[in-house]
Amino acid sequence: MPQKRTFAVAVVGAGPSGFYAAEALLRASDDISVWMFEKLPVPYGLVRYGVAPDHPKLKAVTAVFDRIAGMDGFHFCGNVEIGRDVSVAAIQEHFHAVIFAHGPASGAELGIPGEDLPGSHTAHAFVAWYNGHPDYRDLTVDLRTEAAAVIGNGNVALDVARILAKPIDELRKTDIADHALEVLAESQIRDIHVIGRRGPAQVNFVSKELREFSETEGFRSIVDPADMDLGVACKEELEDTGAGDLRLCAELLGGFVHSSQKAPRTCHFHFHQMPVAITGDARARVLKLRLNKLIGSAFAQRAVQTNEAFDLSCGLVVSSVGYKPALLEPLALARDGRHLDHANGRLVENGTVLTGLYVTGWAKRGPNGTIGTNRGDSQETVATLLTDKPMLAANSRQNAASLLEKLRPQMVTYDDWLAIDAREKTNGAKSGRPRVKLTSRSMMLSVHNMLVQPTL
Amino acid sequence: MTHIVTDNCRACRFTQCVSVCPVECFHVGEDMLYIDPELCIDCGGCIPVCPVNAIYDTVAMPEEHAPWIAINKQKSAELPVISAAMDPMPGAEDKRAALGL
Repeated sequence: MPQKRTFAVAVVGAGPSGFYAAEALLRASDDISVWMFEKLPVPYGLVRYGVAPDHPKLKAVTAVFDRIAGMDGFHFCGNVEIGRDVSVAAIQEHFHAVIFAHGPASGAELGIPGEDLPGSHTAHAFVAWYNGHPDYRDLTVDLRTEAAAVIGNGNVALDVARILAKPIDELRKTDIADHALEVLAESQIRDIHVIGRRGPAQVNFVSKELREFSETEGFRSIVDPADMDLGVACKEELEDTGAGDLRLCAELLGGFVHSSQKAPRTCHFHFHQMPVAITGDARARVLKLRLNKLIGSAFAQRAVQTNEAFDLSCGLVVSSVGYKPALLEPLALARDGRHLDHANGRLVENGTVLTGLYVTGWAKRGPNGTIGTNRGDSQETVATLLTDKPMLAANSRQNAASLLEKLRPQMVTYDDWLAIDAREKTNGAKSGRPRVKLTSRSMMLSVHNMLVQPTL
Repeated sequence: MTHIVTDNCRACRFTQCVSVCPVECFHVGEDMLYIDPELCIDCGGCIPVCPVNAIYDTVAMPEEHAPWIAINKQKSAELPVISAAMDPMPGAEDKRAALGL
């Protein structure tokens, strides 16, 4: 006889870190039940809305999430937003513990004049747009321009550059949003400029992602040979035993120097450049840049602006320079502002632990790592929670059932999601695509059968 | 294309890779781990966390590791899944030092 599940945990967010937290909880003890709250009617978070549409193999991780969703004691509460539909205080009153796995709120800004002009976007918004996120489907993306600038030297910048560079027929095979496909099909972009403030020895690219720029048909990649002329400190950094992947990146970039291949589009990698302003009348027209130089010793080099200024004509600027954490009352930011303040996964405000509130994923450590980094991270947070469990179990709680009852009319269950999933796949099969995503809440909710109720 | 565990893992078995694998595709043998190529989604997360650089993406591996593709495939089919990190093997740190890592 399974023990009654008397310890109720709410997990906020249905992305990788949320699912791995649920898995760790349900594996740890059979007296735990997990209620996963997701503001959208659909799960998977970053895997659905962040991972690039032309990286289908990575998305196979959703089979693991589906397996976790099938574990005894797991409940999906889609279409419920904590902080809007239910306050953090209310969720705290009804659950023994709450794990925040809600990721970032938005893309970080460059903080330069002209950034708010039409034609300038954060990568967060741009990626969510082409991946069909309901909150970004109405983003106005105008690709009637010959040049685009992508600012940043991380893998997200590579995703954006690649989606802009790839031939449209390649993208037609993917689950990229239909609205994005229409706009990309009319793209006049010829040149994509990927801009980094430091050098080829300091990129945050992963070589595997960069290799796609040397092997992809339909566009070519080039680098100014002057940028590959590395200083002593950079060479020392690359020789470090831990820099294996950076060396591979530098080799790949070095290979772009002599690109003679002809292609309809060109991806230019620029280094040591700092954006200082975006100018234009009704839309972005010119990105104003300064040349940077690196100063300091190996592993402590920083980019410093010089007086050398130049302009880059481009009608699209996508800044991929990080993310801003999502704040919910009473959660507080850590001093560096990059993630929520916590001690070992326990949320902290002004140095005081917020009893029963935990954090995992990007909200806990900032935007870094691979999908699987969240698995180890969530296991750590859950281990902390389990140490507190006897204390939390002793606290009196209102029955979660009363709160869930109130939310039931709007709640999307996992079975509802599976129906949405089946619909999307059926629609995709007609045109030889993995799926055609439903991109609005109303389209998703029309599939969700309001009569199917979760059993408590 | 997949990822493979190679000889450096033998007698070390540090298992940091296991806690970052999103799909639990590592299998545990007597003295080393193996990757199930059917399950691996090529996220590459395990490569940088391996203290002895034992893991390679097959598209970017040194030629001499090619035989490990078949070994990983075969061993992962025979051996149990490892779902949580465990202690390294006795002498793992010595071997790591001997490898100059």
